[in-house]
Amino acid sequence: MKLFNLRGGVHPEGHKALSALHVIRELPLPKHLYLSLQQHIGAPAAPVVQVGDRVLKGQVIATAQGNVSAAIHAPTSGTITALGDWVSPHPSGLTAPTMTLASDGKEQWIETPTVADPFALAPADIAARVGAAGIVGLGGATFPAALKLNLSRNSGVQTLIMNGGECEPYLTCDNLIMRERAAQVIEGIRLIALAVEAKTVLVGIEDNKPDAIAAMQQAAKGTSVKVVSMPSMYPMGSEKQIIQVLTGNEIPAGGRPADIGVLVHNVATAYAVQQAIRFGRPLISRIITVSGGALNQPCNVEALIGTPVQELIDFAGGYRLPATRLVLGGPMMGQQFTNTQVPVLKGTSGVLALTASEVGQAEASPCIRCATCVRACPVGLLPLEMAAHIRVSDLTGAVELGLRDCIACGSCSYVCPAHIPLVHYFNYAKGDLAAQERSKLKQESTKKLAEARTERIARIERARAEAAAKRKAAREAKERAAAAAKAATEEA
Amino acid sequence: MILPAIISLTVLGVVFGLLLGLAARYFKVEGNPLVAEIEQLLPGAQCGQCGFPGCTGAAQALAEGNAPITLCPPGGRAVVLALSAKLGIEADLAGVKDVTPMMAEVKEEICIGCTRCFKVCPTDAIMGAAQQIHSVFREACTACGKCEAVCPTESIKLQPIPTTLQSWHWHKPQEVTA
Amino acid sequence: MSEYLLLLLSTALVNNVVLVKFLGLCSFMGVSKKMDGALGMGMATTFVLTLTTAGTWMLEHWLLMPLGIEYLRILAFIMTIAAVVQFTEMVIRKSSPALYQVLGIYLPLITTNCAVLGIALLNVQEKNSFMHSLLYGFGSAVGFTLVMLLFTGLRIRLSLAQVPPAFSGAPIGFVVAGLLSLAFMGFAGLASH
Repeated sequence: MKLFNLRGGVHPEGHKALSALHVIRELPLPKHLYLSLQQHIGAPAAPVVQVGDRVLKGQVIATAQGNVSAAIHAPTSGTITALGDWVSPHPSGLTAPTMTLASDGKEQWIETPTVADPFALAPADIAARVGAAGIVGLGGATFPAALKLNLSRNSGVQTLIMNGGECEPYLTCDNLIMRERAAQVIEGIRLIALAVEAKTVLVGIEDNKPDAIAAMQQAAKGTSVKVVSMPSMYPMGSEKQIIQVLTGNEIPAGGRPADIGVLVHNVATAYAVQQAIRFGRPLISRIITVSGGALNQPCNVEALIGTPVQELIDFAGGYRLPATRLVLGGPMMGQQFTNTQVPVLKGTSGVLALTASEVGQAEASPCIRCATCVRACPVGLLPLEMAAHIRVSDLTGAVELGLRDCIACGSCSYVCPAHIPLVHYFNYAKGDLAAQERSKLKQESTKKLAEARTERIARIERARAEAAAKRKAAREAKERAAAAAKAATEEA
Repeated sequence: MILPAIISLTVLGVVFGLLLGLAARYFKVEGNPLVAEIEQLLPGAQCGQCGFPGCTGAAQALAEGNAPITLCPPGGRAVVLALSAKLGIEADLAGVKDVTPMMAEVKEEICIGCTRCFKVCPTDAIMGAAQQIHSVFREACTACGKCEAVCPTESIKLQPIPTTLQSWHWHKPQEVTA
Repeated sequence: MSEYLLLLLSTALVNNVVLVKFLGLCSFMGVSKKMDGALGMGMATTFVLTLTTAGTWMLEHWLLMPLGIEYLRILAFIMTIAAVVQFTEMVIRKSSPALYQVLGIYLPLITTNCAVLGIALLNVQEKNSFMHSLLYGFGSAVGFTLVMLLFTGLRIRLSLAQVPPAFSGAPIGFVVAGLLSLAFMGFAGLASH
């Protein structure tokens, strides 16, 4: 199959062999699980159980709120012991509303609806089941999958692209799931294709994963699923880039893949979909790469959602060298954290403990306008110019240069010879713009409220004046009547 | 020699004066159209934190150049930027301390339900009735502090709004000096 | 015709009023932070300069010279300029309140913009005909607008640069203006052939 060229991109050292050589291992059941209510993009889920309730494995413990949200299920059987704030895997280090589940070790499943022939289901039914299973995009974006399926079906998506790129260094969880569970993944892919009525189904896998490509090709035999090998490059696994490589089409600025008739899902999501449809199992566990030079035995584990990261680090044999940086996700786009009690979320693809030499931190120095970042940018932006505008707080100027199209892949920061934290600038600017947007919205609502109040006060005044006038008229009429009566009696 | 000079300059002055007088009549501007445009940009809560009587007063002062564009505390940086674009004045954002966003909060133990606060609230952000404990809608409160001033028991106070995962964002990277 | 074209070119580029004659530096430095302001200032100055060259020529040739009171030239010229600027101010205030606000103090200051009086006096000194005077004024104003826009563009880029603290602000602005002036000196080469 003809592949299309990609602009920019970088080739960071893979470090994938650290964890890719071993099979997926099962994590022993942790004593406590910490289930954040915000594991997806959108509104936090609302708890439906109380502290002290006993829950079964797979039972819904928090339901979706509003359109963009996802339900959360109990990853094991046990008792809800707390409902409060707990550290969250977020760069701010802030706490988030979290449920604590003490496992009872019985792993007692709730009754799950199994489907004998999932391919006989209606597309809307598949999406509904995916939604009920609380599945979100497992590639890291954590967008509720059911919503994405429905939106895509409604907008007439032609092409389904399954993202097996996994371009982030260190991460091998998608590689492993494709290697070991190819049949289930392919079935999940076919179910997603059925749910969105896609005509073409492509699976893009980087060519540094030959085993995964072979396994997937084997499993896809006789189906309409086409497995494509793509050149290894960062950020191949980004939605916009994988579409560009496989279809040659570029998503318009500010647009979505559905605008050009494409839907992109991660291969791990496909596995979760297959489990949900075929066995009725909600998304309660995922495969996580635990890697980094600081660990004794880097590996891939299947861990329950809500497992504290410390358990994963212990499972990987603890530290071999002091870890200078702990990262959730990949080293390019992942989030740093310090507290190892943070729980694994649905979107956590990796836990990395990196040594000082791997981090290679250096002081930033002034920009010499070498434009290395411009060559590296996969979106075709001018990172140096945008950063210069942001530095002098000219965010509008940065937006004019295309800040909103930045995918925050980190290629520019990675190649910058002056070690300027370019992505940090962009993240700051995006956050600040969002905050400005929020305050503008608030201002508009304030204006409306103030106007409504002025109007109400005027109305009350008017009503009061009218009532007073009425009273006065009534009093005068009475007085007149009394006077007339008096006159009449006098006359008589 | 001196006479023609005096006469000619006087005539010149009179002619220019007449012309300008006519022009002034023809190009007369009713009020300052800028005031209305500026008022559109202000929050319109009429909270009076700027020291002017309501947003119209503030807009007037801005149009006449008697007030800095950083005058509106509830508007924050967004308003400063909008005004700077409108008036062509360099926005001195260093002057706008990004005040920690605040909101009024009622200490329920000492609220006596006197209704004074919700009578003065310019955005109807306080809910309550006589003899009932009042409470504040976070979304509607502009932290103007009017309620704080009238509360007889000091039970309503401005408190910083805690940062949440939704409102948190990255800070600006530290400057690299040459 | 080609003579007029040459005059226009030479006043706009070769003898640029700001960068070669160093007139009108006040508004050149003052209103060159934003494109809209610079363009507005350029247009306003063009308007004023063209009108005043015509007005002062008439004044000089029909009033001052016949009466032999040339020693009142500066007085009479300033009066004309002030009147035209007042008129321009009224027009701008009526037509574009925002531009009026942007130009701010620099609008009435066109009166004291030495470029305006300078061009009027140079016209007298060089004994230009009416048409020549008009073109001289207009060409200079076009040159003024041109360098205003060029310099504003440079300053916008400059605002992004990491200038050492000792140079930031007006100092680096003057350095850049000096470099731009050097570049304009190059146009003098056009004239020798």
